[in-house]
Amino acid sequence: MSILSYLRRKNNATASVAKERLQIIISHERLQRNAPDYLPKIKEEILAVIAKYIPITLDQVKVSLERSGDNAILELNVTMPDEVLTET
Amino acid sequence: MAKIIVVTSGKGGVGKTTSSAAISSGLALRGHKTVVIDFDIGLRNLDIIMGCERRVVFDFINVINGDANLKQALIKDKRIPDLFILPASQTRDKDSLTLDGVNQILTELAKEFEYIICDSPAGIEAGALMAMYFADHAIIVTNPEVSSVRDSDRILGILASKTKRAISGDTPVQEHLLLTRYDPKRVECGEMLSVQDVMGILAIPLIGVIPESKTVLKASNIGTPVILDESSDAGIAYQDAISRFLGEERPMRFVNVERKGIFKRLFSKQKEDALA
Repeated sequence: MSILSYLRRKNNATASVAKERLQIIISHERLQRNAPDYLPKIKEEILAVIAKYIPITLDQVKVSLERSGDNAILELNVTMPDEVLTET
Repeated sequence: MAKIIVVTSGKGGVGKTTSSAAISSGLALRGHKTVVIDFDIGLRNLDIIMGCERRVVFDFINVINGDANLKQALIKDKRIPDLFILPASQTRDKDSLTLDGVNQILTELAKEFEYIICDSPAGIEAGALMAMYFADHAIIVTNPEVSSVRDSDRILGILASKTKRAISGDTPVQEHLLLTRYDPKRVECGEMLSVQDVMGILAIPLIGVIPESKTVLKASNIGTPVILDESSDAGIAYQDAISRFLGEERPMRFVNVERKGIFKRLFSKQKEDALA
């Protein structure tokens, strides 16, 4: 390849950007796709327990599973409603 | 035992119908009795690509509903003796397609045919799911372009979870990547994803690379599957893909830029003009 076409290549090399973007988004989407089926169920049951004591809705509970290497981290996030916090 | 092959992609306009027409014709040309079914209810197009649009009397939905039998609905190709086409319905809506109905038709076709090619509609709705549900093989038609590759990956996920083979725990659907509209010149300039890039991302075996070619449009203009054009690069690439599908080894052609001398360039320009 001549020097000229090498220089041109540098300016037009959008394919490498495409590849990188695809690798990121696809690995992200595959993780979501492979998320275990029990996550929504866990979320529902935890919600039922909390709802016994505190008025809370489904969108205030977040359950996520993240994998890094050999470890998997199950993260549970509950947003307490404002009234509960001010009462105590 | 008949083999059911779905031609699918997720994204529209990547060449599913062109590929379905070429693959079914290619298999039939080699003496395998083949039927190709259009699953795109309401947007029938396989018939016009195959050049039999004026011979459609009954369609897929007519057979499911019992208004006609399979023999009445199947259109025999005029060029290739072992090839039959089952057109989609143009008028009824997509809900008329039922899993039971599709199952019945496929079971009946399997008694007579070696290969059943299901031309899937775009998207991931009912029609696309029906087309892939009973498949043994899936040919994933992909363009070297971000949205097409992403959608292909999505389809791979669905093949691995929503098909009969996936649900029943049978051996999974065999996946084959068919890269279409490939332009080696643009790949060399770094403007287009390469075969290796796409294979690296999708991680499924490659069955063929079809070069971007003027002959594809010309073939669809006259209603002839491009594989019948023996002078066409796209046609030759489809022939190679069929060979690979049948287990033969074929080197990949049209993936590198062809270097031409000045004389050859002049000569081939003349030839192109003469053909046009």
